[in-house]
Amino acid sequence: MILMEEKTDEIRLPLIGEKAPDFEAETTQGTLRLSDFEGSWLVLFSHPADFTPVCTTEFIAFSEIYDDLKKRNTELLGLSVDSASSHIAWIRNVEEKMGVKIPFPIIADLNKEVSIKFGMIHPAQSKTETIRCVFIMDPESKIRTILYYPLTTGRNMKEILRIIDALQTTDEHKVATPANWNPGDPVVVPPPKTAEQAEERTKEGYDCKDWYLCFKKL
Amino acid sequence: MIAMPCVSADGKPTKSGMEMLSALKSGASTPDALSGATGMPMFRVRSGLRQLVNAGFVKQVDDKYQLTQEGSKLVK
Repeated sequence: MILMEEKTDEIRLPLIGEKAPDFEAETTQGTLRLSDFEGSWLVLFSHPADFTPVCTTEFIAFSEIYDDLKKRNTELLGLSVDSASSHIAWIRNVEEKMGVKIPFPIIADLNKEVSIKFGMIHPAQSKTETIRCVFIMDPESKIRTILYYPLTTGRNMKEILRIIDALQTTDEHKVATPANWNPGDPVVVPPPKTAEQAEERTKEGYDCKDWYLCFKKL
Repeated sequence: MIAMPCVSADGKPTKSGMEMLSALKSGASTPDALSGATGMPMFRVRSGLRQLVNAGFVKQVDDKYQLTQEGSKLVK
């Protein structure tokens, strides 16, 4: 995926499996580098603008899952192209009017440096605002999931938690997770790579529909 | 202006900066230990340490951090 942009020659967006490019940015909690988050999982997400309705519902929803994310060793980092002062005014307003404290930092990406690096501006949607992107990174800052939502569709927090659970389960148990998987459901055993392994697979005590589709409980 | 949560614009440590300096004085010398002592997440500790080092209140010796003379004067 190549993004052409007038103020840069050529930017290649980071893809799943790659280490995310480091950056330093002004946030509502001071100047932070992406590398400051190493050792934790990270959800880096962009929103179109402060003081807008869908974004406000999302920020409240992200705050509501903040403790659930912490239990998963996961930090949150928001971003939009608004200023730090605007972010601060907005989160103070959300706390005052909606009673919700926003506990995570928000990048003030006025020069769009981070937005461009991560392909968060889709000109056909808006030339001036970031769309609703989600980058889930592991403790080595490797990108593990990318989600892009249009301006009009608020994100589903349960799905973000489910993806983190699935990624952490995969890492811990070397398994895959099937469609509509949720924690506690059976997981998929990686398929055999040789004819001999395929022969053995159905005798290994898994719940096999056939040699290439076997489930197990964790 | 770049926001500096541990050091204010006039060069003095903020409340969270003072918490970090006190934790250093109490013997926490690594980011992990500072995070445990202050309750701040690691990303804030790392960013705060950078600012306190730049402001001259803290110095890094190998993988550990300690107060400078300037920093020691601020913590009772």
